[in-house]
Amino acid sequence: MSELHNLEQSIREHPFAEGMPGRYIGILTGCARHAEFREGTFLFREGESADTFYWITAGKVAMELDAPPRGAIRIDTRATGDALGWSWIVPPYRWFCDARAVGEVRALAFNGVCLRGQLDEDPELAYEMYRRFVPLMYRSLHATQLQLLDVYGAG
Amino acid sequence: MQHTDEQRVVLSRQDFPSLFAALRNHGYRLVGPTVRDQAIVYDEIRDTDDLPVGWTDEQEAGHYRLRRRDDAALFAYNVGPHSWKKYLQLPVLSLWKARMTDHGLLFESGEEAAPRMAFIGVRSCELAAVTIQDRVLTGGEHVDMDYARRRQQLFIVVVQCTQAGNTCFCTSMKTGPRADAGFDLGVTELLDADRHEFVIEAGSDAGKELMSQLPHRPAGMDDWQAATGATQRAAAQMGRHLDTGGIRELLYRNAEHPRWDEVAGRCLACANCTMVCPTCFCTAVEDSTDLAGQTAERVRRWDSCFNSRHSYIHGGIIRQSTRSRYRQWLTHKLASWQDQFGSSGCVGCGRCITWCPVGIDITAEVAAIRADDAHCSGQEGSDT
Amino acid sequence: MVGAAGTGLLAADPMVPRPVSIRRKQRETHDTFTLTLDVPDPERGLPFVPGQFTMLYLFGAGEVPISISGDPASPMQLVHTIRAVGSVTRPLQALQQGSMLGVRGPFGSGWPIEEARGRDILVIAGGLGLAPLRPLVYHLLNRRGDYGHISIVCGARSPADILFRHELERWGGRFDVDVAVIVDHATDTWHGDVGVVTRLLDKSRCEPANTRAMICGPEIMMRFSIRALNDLGISDEQIHISMERNMQCAIGMCGHCQYGPAFVCKDGPVFRFDRIRPLFGAREI
Repeated sequence: MSELHNLEQSIREHPFAEGMPGRYIGILTGCARHAEFREGTFLFREGESADTFYWITAGKVAMELDAPPRGAIRIDTRATGDALGWSWIVPPYRWFCDARAVGEVRALAFNGVCLRGQLDEDPELAYEMYRRFVPLMYRSLHATQLQLLDVYGAG
Repeated sequence: MQHTDEQRVVLSRQDFPSLFAALRNHGYRLVGPTVRDQAIVYDEIRDTDDLPVGWTDEQEAGHYRLRRRDDAALFAYNVGPHSWKKYLQLPVLSLWKARMTDHGLLFESGEEAAPRMAFIGVRSCELAAVTIQDRVLTGGEHVDMDYARRRQQLFIVVVQCTQAGNTCFCTSMKTGPRADAGFDLGVTELLDADRHEFVIEAGSDAGKELMSQLPHRPAGMDDWQAATGATQRAAAQMGRHLDTGGIRELLYRNAEHPRWDEVAGRCLACANCTMVCPTCFCTAVEDSTDLAGQTAERVRRWDSCFNSRHSYIHGGIIRQSTRSRYRQWLTHKLASWQDQFGSSGCVGCGRCITWCPVGIDITAEVAAIRADDAHCSGQEGSDT
Repeated sequence: MVGAAGTGLLAADPMVPRPVSIRRKQRETHDTFTLTLDVPDPERGLPFVPGQFTMLYLFGAGEVPISISGDPASPMQLVHTIRAVGSVTRPLQALQQGSMLGVRGPFGSGWPIEEARGRDILVIAGGLGLAPLRPLVYHLLNRRGDYGHISIVCGARSPADILFRHELERWGGRFDVDVAVIVDHATDTWHGDVGVVTRLLDKSRCEPANTRAMICGPEIMMRFSIRALNDLGISDEQIHISMERNMQCAIGMCGHCQYGPAFVCKDGPVFRFDRIRPLFGAREI
């Protein structure tokens, strides 16, 4: 019971859930578990089915794309307090890139398949989730576009 | 030479040098085992005294020592750092020269007449390796012509193993310890308190003809049983075993196995294994000019998939990590080779185990992957 | 043994180049140029299948594998489009008409022009990948009636990096071919699309069930294009890609170009995608 309470508290305290009504915290708790990753291990791989998403509670995760022959390129990083992964909420629900633990990582892992079903049935829950994800995507897209300008290059 | 028994004869130790003399008289350059630099290597030899008489080798992972025997055996050791490929697929070969002339660019082939060579002391695993290289270098649409010329003139004297080394596993790869075909003459040394003789078997017409010129007595049933008994004892002594069951699929489905990370922590990417391996065939080309810039040359030399630029294309190196290179080598040797050439690339000679400076053991690596096969465990997940 | 071009044993030895001279050289982009070469055998020409490559030799500097970028219906000349990036290709760029080179080949597998007859053809090129696809396009247009709908989709870094721009515009001007070009970034003088090449794929008028897709470009670009094609209902068996690896002998004997069990020089460079899918997703293979 305390394990479950621990889980619910971790979710409530995570920045991503700030201001979220208790009813939704409860639903999320029902789809969640703790997860740990050793340095260098993959949380998910490009092309895999996006069934789990993560809120990072400690550590850093790098998002990588393998671009032979250059090797794996890190395109983004997420750290403590960030949400990782939104391919679970966008069809066709497949990971766009690799996610790799940069050091030891602890995270809350959510069952995306279960939650997708919940979102279909509960429009208010869906709104709560989307209004948190959309700004993340917005900021990430604009950051990427600025990165694309390669402003530090010799020009 | 029609009777079957005439294909097997016994040569005494005293008369054994006549084999060398007969081959020399036929115009062969003799290449065989000899002691040099504290190892038994292959080099040009003249007669029996050049052999490692009374020597044996002590081999283990990352370990090779010569030891004196208390007898005068000629062939009581296994394989050393050299393999016969150094005389067939030369370590360095000039492919052609090019000249800028008034008539334009001219190419001159580097082809030279191949020497007539006799290999003395080819082990069964090594014979299997030569057969594998035959397939790789002459069995496809294109032929390595220098290899083909050298190979065509070769006289092979096999020595049947009467003992196995600690790193040997030819029985696992079904390449020995007895060679049944593919040679000109086969030699089994019989040495005990009472005698020192050699059972000679002919494997070809050329072998039969040469054998008939040597002072011999016919081999009786007991001579033959002594010979086959000796190789059976060797078969029971194998120091290593490799389970080859389903190995192709095993390695293909375990490309992300954590064992690759583990071995990469030990492997130095020194390329010793590929240099000593009798079937490794990678070569690189080098282009150069003379100082005047009038003549250019293309030279081919041995290369290794462990070398940093082996997988270089513009923009980077595909196999950057030692992990990926070791995986490439082992997967190619035991799995991909089957798709490419219809057999395993490994003959179980154990050289890669002996000559690895950190003692990486190919049989142990396969066993470790097999013990924790992704197929059985279902996935390589890492979350709790 | 001294040999001149095309005689006896030398012609038979696949490791010895044959001399050719540069008939014409033209600039394509700031770092890419096209060489038109005389063929070593003036009577036979150098027949090839779209997708094949040769090994071009520059005296003393070395060899590079270069895709043939010319018209397969014109085997009396050998055309190569080359990017000047290395120790052989940069000096190649400095050569003039009349300079002599060596050539070996052609080598490798080609685009499936026979099997694709009667199908809709979706050609997807990324950057320099348009060079090995150009012979395919020439063939499709030479035999236009043998094929269904044709879509050509190109991605490039910027407008200045678009390869064969005038030809693309000419092809696009035809009523029986669709051409779409997109760049990663551009200045305000560009009035075309900006974005990633996968964005153009669902606008293609090729009928998915009847399509054959042929892709050449950086591996990561091919990977995401294939994902987009799969989402459109085009299966791996309907897709062919061209791979690149370190080639030295080009005849499957030096071992460098191995890609899993495949030798890219002789089992490829064109592969039907379902046959290499397991390798394609793995890192450092």
